[in-house]
Amino acid sequence: MSEKRNQVSRRQFLNYTLTGVGGFMAAGMLAPMVRFAIDPVLKTSAQSDMVAVADLSEISDEPTRIDWTIDQVDGWYESEVPKSAWVYKDENDDIIALSPVCKHLGCFVNWQGDESHPDQFYCPCHDGRYYKSGVNVPNTPPEEPLDEFEVRIDGQTLYLGQTKPHREA
Amino acid sequence: MLQKIYDWVDERVDITPLWRDIADHEVPEHVNPAHHFSAFVYCFGGLTFFVTVIQVLSGMFLTMYYVHDIENAWRSVYYLQTEVAHGQIVRGMHHWGASVVIVMLFLHTLRVFFQGAYKKPRELNWMVGVLIFFVMLGLGLTGYLLPWDNKAYFATQVTLEIAEGVPFVGEATKALLAGDPNIVGAQTLTRFFAIHVFFLPAALFALMAIHFIMIRKQGISGPL
Ligand code: HEM
Ligand code: FES
Repeated sequence: MSEKRNQVSRRQFLNYTLTGVGGFMAAGMLAPMVRFAIDPVLKTSAQSDMVAVADLSEISDEPTRIDWTIDQVDGWYESEVPKSAWVYKDENDDIIALSPVCKHLGCFVNWQGDESHPDQFYCPCHDGRYYKSGVNVPNTPPEEPLDEFEVRIDGQTLYLGQTKPHREA
Repeated sequence: MLQKIYDWVDERVDITPLWRDIADHEVPEHVNPAHHFSAFVYCFGGLTFFVTVIQVLSGMFLTMYYVHDIENAWRSVYYLQTEVAHGQIVRGMHHWGASVVIVMLFLHTLRVFFQGAYKKPRELNWMVGVLIFFVMLGLGLTGYLLPWDNKAYFATQVTLEIAEGVPFVGEATKALLAGDPNIVGAQTLTRFFAIHVFFLPAALFALMAIHFIMIRKQGISGPL
């Protein structure tokens, strides 16, 4: 046999085929399991609908805490989950619904929670503060404004949907 | 690249002898199906191991969704099978694999029996093999309850009745397995789960290690 035709030795050939076949079998075994495991990342979550949460007469230009529940389907477990928002009318009579979840590390903020800052949202965890608009006060721990809920008004009823980043973020 | 990484590690901790000990050994002609096709009977041990690996892997992945609570067990299995991508395949592997592994184990045992491979000096390994067989049956038995469907429930009821039939210690054994002298319920499921995924696999791994070490020490039994 000439040099050229002998480039792949018997040993190499066996190595390659065994590695190939073994790799194929391992992949066939593992692929379904891996896809199974990473399903939560690839699943498109069903967007939950807008929920009626309050009557417009309850809303003033002072942020008010509105509580409601949504039906949550969590895998095989269905439950009612509490939600809250700080809701008020701004100068243009537009409804603003802010998420109470602090953008620093996720505690709940309170309107006028700190006596020395009466017109701000206050987060008790690390003294984070936000203006009434939801924008974070510079030099306090949060680095972004509070999230906003999607707002819809139908007659006298206020509907809230998902949260999204603040309009000024 | 891979070679470089290997060399770098090998230079420092000398890993070559480790895998050489495991991978490098003679395969005698009489066990090689390429020489005598009838030697395929020697594959059943390896096939048992292969299916066991599938059981362990698929079982680990199943526990990502499975809950061992009577309110949720069935629903979580239903969910993973109908809503999760490839859930049917992963559960199917574990479900059917549980039977296939017993079949392989049985064929392996038949080969060892009819070739007389259990004779001196391999009696100890035969005993270890029998223990592995019991552990496998235990895994199948405890796993069967986990989906918490009707079949699982009533099969377990029967199993526990059988355990109760043992003279003297029957009632205690049943209570110990079921977690309650009279109820087949919440505590039965948690116990069976713990036995299925922690206690028996631990026993299985230990016994398999002993089995394989002994095989390496004694070698495969000679040609007939
Ligand atoms: C560490 C290893 C293992 C783990 C973590 C594990 C885990 C699980 C889990 C979470 C289930 C419930 C899910 C379901 O029913 O689909 C299950 C079921 C089951 N397991 Fe395992 N398992 C292991 C090994 C084994 C082995 C070696 C056998 C073989 C005898 C076995 C036999 C079964 C059976 C028969 C079922 C019921 C299957 C069904 O009804 O679909 N398991 N196992
Ligand atoms: S979590 Fe709100 S300030 Fe830190």
